[in-house]
Amino acid sequence: MDDLQSLESQTIHIVREAFARFERAAMLWSFGKDSQALLWMVRKAFFGRVPFPVVHVDTSYEPPEMLAFRDRIAKEWALNLVVARHDEALAEGMAPTRGRLACCTALKTEALHRVVARRGYDAVLAGIRRDEEGTRAKERVFSPRGSDGAYDAARQPPEFWGYGAGPRPGGHVRIHPLLHWSEEDVWRYIAQEGVPVPDLYFASAGKRYRSLGCAPCTKPVASRAADVEGILAELRETRVAERTGRLQDQEAEDTFERLRAAGHM
Amino acid sequence: MRCPAIHDVAASPAAAPQRRSTVRTVVVGHVDHGKSTLIGRLLADAGALPDGKLEAVAEMCRARGMPFEWAFVTDALRAERDQGITIETSHVRFRGRARDHVLLDAPGHREFIRNMVTGAAASDAGLLVVDAAEGIRDQARRHAALLALLGHRQVAVAVNKMDLVGHDAGRFAALTEEIASLLASLGLAAASVVPTDARAGVNVVRRGEPLSWYAGPTLLETLERFQSSAPARGLPLRLPIQDVYKFDERRILVGRIESGTLAVGDEILFSPSGKTGRVASLEGWPAPDDPPSSAAAGQSIGFTLTEQIFVERGEVASRADAPPPLTDVLAARVFWLGEEPLRVGTACRMRSGPAETEAVVDRIEGAVDLLAEADRAGAQSSTDALPRDWTAKIVLRLRRRIALDDHRFGPTAGRIALYQGGSPAGGGLVDLSDYPDQRPTRRSTNVTPVAHRVDAVMRARRNGHVGGVLWFTGFSGAGKSTLAVAVEHRLHEIGYSAYLLDGDNLRNGLTADLGFAPADRAENIRRVGEVAAILANAGMIAIAALISPYRAERAKARAAAGPHPFLEIHVAADLAVCEARDPKGLYRRARAGLIAGFTGVSAPYEAPDAPEIRVDTGAEKVDACVEAIVDRVRAAIPLGRGDRALRAFAVFPSDDSRPDKRRKEPKTNDVAQEPVSIEDGASPQ
Repeated sequence: MDDLQSLESQTIHIVREAFARFERAAMLWSFGKDSQALLWMVRKAFFGRVPFPVVHVDTSYEPPEMLAFRDRIAKEWALNLVVARHDEALAEGMAPTRGRLACCTALKTEALHRVVARRGYDAVLAGIRRDEEGTRAKERVFSPRGSDGAYDAARQPPEFWGYGAGPRPGGHVRIHPLLHWSEEDVWRYIAQEGVPVPDLYFASAGKRYRSLGCAPCTKPVASRAADVEGILAELRETRVAERTGRLQDQEAEDTFERLRAAGHM
Repeated sequence: MRCPAIHDVAASPAAAPQRRSTVRTVVVGHVDHGKSTLIGRLLADAGALPDGKLEAVAEMCRARGMPFEWAFVTDALRAERDQGITIETSHVRFRGRARDHVLLDAPGHREFIRNMVTGAAASDAGLLVVDAAEGIRDQARRHAALLALLGHRQVAVAVNKMDLVGHDAGRFAALTEEIASLLASLGLAAASVVPTDARAGVNVVRRGEPLSWYAGPTLLETLERFQSSAPARGLPLRLPIQDVYKFDERRILVGRIESGTLAVGDEILFSPSGKTGRVASLEGWPAPDDPPSSAAAGQSIGFTLTEQIFVERGEVASRADAPPPLTDVLAARVFWLGEEPLRVGTACRMRSGPAETEAVVDRIEGAVDLLAEADRAGAQSSTDALPRDWTAKIVLRLRRRIALDDHRFGPTAGRIALYQGGSPAGGGLVDLSDYPDQRPTRRSTNVTPVAHRVDAVMRARRNGHVGGVLWFTGFSGAGKSTLAVAVEHRLHEIGYSAYLLDGDNLRNGLTADLGFAPADRAENIRRVGEVAAILANAGMIAIAALISPYRAERAKARAAAGPHPFLEIHVAADLAVCEARDPKGLYRRARAGLIAGFTGVSAPYEAPDAPEIRVDTGAEKVDACVEAIVDRVRAAIPLGRGDRALRAFAVFPSDDSRPDKRRKEPKTNDVAQEPVSIEDGASPQ
């Protein structure tokens, strides 16, 4: 087995554990590169099917290209798509102009809590990776959350030899099957498997998106990478962090840390 | 403020080959010995930090009015920056020359040992950091022990803060020797011991003048030599079944191959159910043009069988000729991390891969506090509760029999987890050396039973009682043989046909080929159980007297006796009493190490949960014990003419030729509990 096969095998094993041990699992799907790689492996794990709903937390600020991509893939892959949008917050005028922390908290974190509570999910799969950012590096593969969905990095159960937290009354477990992958691993996998990703990742007019998010808060980076091979070549040279273009991280030293503690994905 | 600089990059990112292995190294050691500093320096000097990271750390330090702190590079959480310690295991990646690296920054603070376990269990190698001035502190000692318990074999050591000992080669040599002997005592060996000064960046990536006397590899060179863990190929097949999918007409079994290979056409055995099947196909998606015909260790696969059999999550697929042992009792060296102590007699959920069952803690021995400042001399040999952050050897009794290997079977074998409140709270490595495989042995096939024309009822009418088994179990020296001999004599006197099967006597013939290893003991009990059943079938009272330490094997002897009354008699003298008597001098020799696997000393004894009779020969006289046993036998197996003698059958034996008789007879145990009087004439008494 080469390293990608080994990573894929681990991820499939985790996804199957999630499906076997939990009653009502769902997967968060942002149709970004990590989400897409994870969803591809979910289909491998279940031989072409996705046997649980995929949830898009829709802030209404995503670029239109991404929504078009979402609808195309949802149709082609026969997904049970659940769109979760915090309409009350939007009706009250929530927007990045009110502060990025407040906006992310309402439109992403709260929207997520609401859909988890309303649909009664006991397991929520998410394609986060340890190498993305410092607080995610501390995560567990099976990360138990209380009824408020909050994440307490200082009080996590141990996890070893593939044994992690199981179902719990009154809360859910975030399951992170891509935790052990790197950004480069994901792109190599996408290239190897031919996984479709939004065109925004590829350079146009000397710029590309390295990480995708809401249009007002996500900036492209300078790049000439027009395809996956180009991206891989750039990643091997870069000394710029992956989430550099995500403005909410940079508002304060610990904005993203605070978002994650409140239950952000 | 000290100004960080990025030094020449020894590990060039440019010449990266396509396929590189990633090796995960956990960094452990006493708090304040400089682990985080070492990692920060390693990342900076290997050129692995994103632009601006060092500047950001410098800014943080300035804001807090403190000198530049290398540890902040990895201590990403605010809480850690403020407390100056690492709370959670952090995973840091960087690219080396030969391979990619993930460093797991395990905490040294005493509150957080479970996070170290989390980091260490996920890594391929361990790096132990020791302060050159302070030397090996107890915490480092226990971290090293934990690495060994988690199955680590690759370990390197950094002797850090060499500046504090004036970069002295003599001090380094003395510490190296001390470290080598510590690791050797744990079954580990250091790949290398590197003197470092992480703050100044000496021997981390670059060599430096003050330590120029050191000629060995730098820390980075040491890490580059570690290997990532590879799945076990040359071993027998172990494929724990994770799930069974029936999305369409296919019934697909899925799981990850832990060892060995699986190929289309293979005959496989599922344990513990004992079902067998033949592999019809290996399934994949997207459906390959040329489907694979075999799969190897490490792969998560799906396969179908030629015939539909019912198999569940938790079974283990293997070849029929090399199956995993079956057991409902096991010993394990465990670490305990739960909020509540692990207590003897309480139940918890145990997992072995996908297999899950309730387990009751039977014993806790040799407990060690992972956080203690010093080893406690004469630690208790046995205790009732294992607190958080301790390790011990424990014995678990399982609610059902499962398939599971000893941890020495393979790299991922015998790893169990104990759950508390829905989360893993402890784990460990299974040691089955004291327990026999409980898999039923049956090698003969094509056997057709022949029906007797004389049945149990006819025999009972002639003998004046039905056949039965009295099974004496207990420690060596408890008085089994003494009581059994007296009971045989007494039963004979009052009119029973009884015959004593004494364990020691039989070892001259029936069981002369057996030793005292767990498998031999199990076979010994099986044979005596079968002979006792034959005597009972012949209408006699078989009296078996042997240590018979395993509960599961005694249960098999009971099952062999079928409908005949089976009275388990626990000769329950304390081990101390037996040892004081020591009629054959065996305890003395066992304690002297001259007898291996001696029950109660170096091999387990599983006392009966609910024996029919329990006698304490330490507290009662022999005569009283004999009378108590004989009274109970008379009640359970009454003497009498005609049908009265038949009342003892637990389940009346099948006897199609006498339907009228069968209807009249009781079918439960209850009758055997009634007080009975001996009919005149039936007893010669």
